[in-house]
Amino acid sequence: MKNLWKYFSSYKKECVLGPLFKLLEASFELFIPLLVKQIIDVGIPNGDTSFIIQRVLIMAALTFIGMVCSLTAQFFSAKAATGFSARVKSAVFSHIQTLSHTELDKTGISTLITRLTSDINTLQGGVNMSLRLFLRSPFIVLGAVFMAFTIDVKSALIFVVTVLALSIVVYGIMLITVPMHKKVQGDLDKVTGAARANISGVRVIRAFGLEDKEQEHFSRSNDTLVRMQILAGKISALLNPVTFVLINLGLCVLIHQGAIAVDTGRLSRGDVVALVNYMSQILVELIKLANLIVQLSRALACGSRISSVMDITSSMKDGDKEYKNTAGSAAIEFKGVSFRYADASEDSVKDISFTLPAGATLGVIGGTGSGKSSVINLIPRFYDTTQGSVLIDGTDIKEYSLNSLRSRIAVVPQKSVLFSGSIRENMLWGRKDATDADIEEALKQAQGYDFVMEKEGGLDYMVNKGGNNFSGGQKQRLAIARALVRKPAILILDDSTSALDYATDAALRKAIKEMKDAPTTVIVSQRSASIMHADMILVLDDGHAVGLGRHEELLKDCEVYREIYNSQFGGDDNAL
Amino acid sequence: MRFDKKVIRRILHYLKPYWFFMLCSLLFAAVSALLALYLPVLTGQAVDIVIGKGRVDMEAIKSVIFKMLCIIGISALGQWIMNACNNHVAYCSVRDIRHSAFERLQKLPLSYMDSHPTGDILSRMIADVDTFADGLLMGFTQFFTGILTIIGTLILMVSIHKWVALVVILLTPLSLFVAAFIAKNTSSFFKQQSVTKGVQTTIIDEMIGNEKLVKAFSHEAEAEELFNKNNAELEKISLKAVFFSSLTNPSTRFVNNLIYALVALAGGIAVIRGHMSVGNLTAFLSYANQYTKPFNEISGVVTELQNAITCAGRVFELIDEEARTPDKEDAAVLEGAKGGLDIKNVSFSYVKDKPLLRDLNLKVTPGQRVAIVGPTGCGKTTLINLLMRFYDVDKGSIAVDGRDIRDYTRHSLRENYGMVLQETWLKPGTIRDNITLGKPDATDEEVIAAAKNSHAHSFIMQLPKQYDTVIGEDGGQLSQGQKQLICISRIMLSLPPMLILDEATSSIDTRTELKIQDAFARMMKGRTSFIVAHRLSTIKEADTILVMKDGNIIEQGDHKSLLSAGGFYSKLYRSQYEI
Repeated sequence: MKNLWKYFSSYKKECVLGPLFKLLEASFELFIPLLVKQIIDVGIPNGDTSFIIQRVLIMAALTFIGMVCSLTAQFFSAKAATGFSARVKSAVFSHIQTLSHTELDKTGISTLITRLTSDINTLQGGVNMSLRLFLRSPFIVLGAVFMAFTIDVKSALIFVVTVLALSIVVYGIMLITVPMHKKVQGDLDKVTGAARANISGVRVIRAFGLEDKEQEHFSRSNDTLVRMQILAGKISALLNPVTFVLINLGLCVLIHQGAIAVDTGRLSRGDVVALVNYMSQILVELIKLANLIVQLSRALACGSRISSVMDITSSMKDGDKEYKNTAGSAAIEFKGVSFRYADASEDSVKDISFTLPAGATLGVIGGTGSGKSSVINLIPRFYDTTQGSVLIDGTDIKEYSLNSLRSRIAVVPQKSVLFSGSIRENMLWGRKDATDADIEEALKQAQGYDFVMEKEGGLDYMVNKGGNNFSGGQKQRLAIARALVRKPAILILDDSTSALDYATDAALRKAIKEMKDAPTTVIVSQRSASIMHADMILVLDDGHAVGLGRHEELLKDCEVYREIYNSQFGGDDNAL
Repeated sequence: MRFDKKVIRRILHYLKPYWFFMLCSLLFAAVSALLALYLPVLTGQAVDIVIGKGRVDMEAIKSVIFKMLCIIGISALGQWIMNACNNHVAYCSVRDIRHSAFERLQKLPLSYMDSHPTGDILSRMIADVDTFADGLLMGFTQFFTGILTIIGTLILMVSIHKWVALVVILLTPLSLFVAAFIAKNTSSFFKQQSVTKGVQTTIIDEMIGNEKLVKAFSHEAEAEELFNKNNAELEKISLKAVFFSSLTNPSTRFVNNLIYALVALAGGIAVIRGHMSVGNLTAFLSYANQYTKPFNEISGVVTELQNAITCAGRVFELIDEEARTPDKEDAAVLEGAKGGLDIKNVSFSYVKDKPLLRDLNLKVTPGQRVAIVGPTGCGKTTLINLLMRFYDVDKGSIAVDGRDIRDYTRHSLRENYGMVLQETWLKPGTIRDNITLGKPDATDEEVIAAAKNSHAHSFIMQLPKQYDTVIGEDGGQLSQGQKQLICISRIMLSLPPMLILDEATSSIDTRTELKIQDAFARMMKGRTSFIVAHRLSTIKEADTILVMKDGNIIEQGDHKSLLSAGGFYSKLYRSQYEI
């Protein structure tokens, strides 16, 4: 939590002034019962109308000043709360940008998104509330007790006992209900889970005729949820009546003691009225306070969740050498590289070495989980090697600055993602200063020019969020074009042509080969056909390089490669 | 304020079973609200008794306090019972609504699920229903109590002193006007705020959601810039929205305090003139203090209720969605199908005016192996949707063993198919639960044999608890290929008479696939099977290959004959050998 406090620093003034003005307003409010007491004790018995008018005018004046103070307080707290949360949001957002893939894997993207959205919103609400009210309510409660002391010490003790009893009871009820509410939340998650599984698995459920079983399962979770909700509700429902009872019991004792005191002449009638008024002020504020504490504890929980994101530091050290590549393509070398994901028990890449000259094409093939993606993720330094080193143009990539290195590498990931905005804007991700001509050229190479031009507005056609107004194959081609716009020195295609038919896939590879300043290309694929013509093929099995060489050599020497190839082409049809 | 009457009638329908609790709730709300209102009168009486030194009637005080104690006890008990009843009604009726929603979900045609995003259906069933429960609860708790409190206060005030009561009654609307005025003028800020916030959520979803891509393109600085620009804008608008809306409380409090002062003035003068007692004045003052509270609460409740009714409407929309046509009353039960299939003149479209399948004809003899190939969107998966009767044909008919599939019960028809799809789905539960989905009473030996057949056994044995390993929603830690292997094990276990394999091995590496092919081949022997695949190698062995394009079968024959025909198929096949 501590690391968030500093974002208040630009709002020190507001954080002090907000509560201060609120306190002022509250103290004016505390004077009102005293004025009423004077009216009853002095004005009425003497029949002095002008005295009453005078006190009422003071009341009105206090009320007015109170309002002005309160408005000022609202402004300062709104400013501090919105400013604070904007600063925190901005800081968290940029902090996430500095994290490496390892930390992103560990934390989970969806967690980060919740932190940035709903958690920060709750925090902002909490900050605003506390600046405005949290100081006011305790102050009024304590102030009322204090004022009671100035009137009569003995009666004031009744106040002290009542407030203490209330605090204990409220705290006790919350102690019981907070874990129950958490349980309710957990039960609700189960109901959501049951419904979601039912929707996403509808085909399988119906194919196996499991509708009744699913209904039964859902009803069970639903019933559990309701039972817990009702139980938690019953106990929470105690809060208001109990507060009501305690305060009014205090009131009864107060009236009883007050009556005795008036009888003996220790107190006036006005004193009793003032004391009663203070007691009801306490009631009102305590009810507010109880609601506030619930909200505040939620905000605190969110605050600590956000703060934990800020505590994550990148495990990757940036290099300080600028990577400059003017040749248009780059040489890649792996020297005894092993790699293990954080928290994994086994290496995903085991002792791999190869040298790929500039401009050449490397094919990477292997079964699911053989380490293909892990190998290529090491090239743009998404992860650091556990052992050995990756060299680009003869220098260890750890020495290059990440930015300069990655700006010369283009990756087309397995899942093609497009962003909302025009096609042009998406293409500019590749290179900020690309011209329309550059983009069109890249689209042609990626076999995507024709369908883009058919869209209304061509490059200006708007891509929906998630790119869902394009088919899978179209998205893949756009993702490839985006990478080509960059004119990279190294192009990495991570199984990114899976949705293309064989003919388009082949045309794409041909176009890349024929590019001016063709980049060094790394193609990961499950299809033999996509990589069989590469200059060098790396065959992976369980993280090991079990084969490295050209297609013909591997067919002869590498058992795994032969199996993969035959599984796709069938041993007898090789002549085709 | 406009409430949809139909929706309200529906809500009442769901509340009906709980009428007794509602009645109790109303009764106890009335009791506790009215009794609570009587307390200031008693306090006033007490004040009137304590006149001054030596002039206090302690017996009278004691009897007043006794009355107060009774009232406090009963009122508090009433409040608690009311709350408990409300909880019961709200949560139970909401449970019933969820139940009907889920029940309807089981009966909706697949077209509904396919055309509505999961998130939308879920938010109707979960979030909307939750909002409805909150609204209902708040409505019950505060609406009725609020109205009773207002009426009760009015009566008590008027009965104490008409003219002073008039001061309160005339001036109170002022504070409501102030509140309404502020609300009206801030709503535009709130609208702006929610628009900007929406933009921000999109930015966060896209950029953080694809953080790895952002890094791959070194797009971090641009992403930050985009975010900060929007964030600064949001800060400005939020400040306005938060500040202006927070004016409501101080302003209404100001008006209320003014009324309080005026009551003190008018009341004080009335006491001097002997029109009322000091006790009456204190009672009056506390009423003046409380009088506006229920008004503010009710206006809050009304918005909350409106919101709740809108949400309820959204759930009811789901519940009212037209169910699929029910099975015919005299529908036959298909048992151990032989596997003869006859597709006659079938036409079908998902969207009207966009025909997908046109006049499709196909005859399949029992035990035949049919492969379907063709470019994306040619209608392969659609054909399978029709075979399984996930969708009904628009025209023509599909017959199994010589009888239209619409004359069978859906359940029995589907039981005769074994289906493995490209998008694997595992249900949350253990691995064993998932394999035995189609045959719940399978023995361990059978399960292991099936898993060995589909080459899933070895990786399952490496999981922490082997077959008892619990997998979460969406398969969790398993890879796509492993999930597919488990789906194949299901079929290997239940061994239905007809098979549908829609890209069943697309995520499995080709070496493992080759090994599974043997098992598949054995399984397909004597079973009518349909195979959809991208990899042409997987379908070469089929008896008949259907080449589909734009909803029509354009070529049909076995591998050799299609190749030599030199049509679309041979072009497709040869393309995988080109550069």
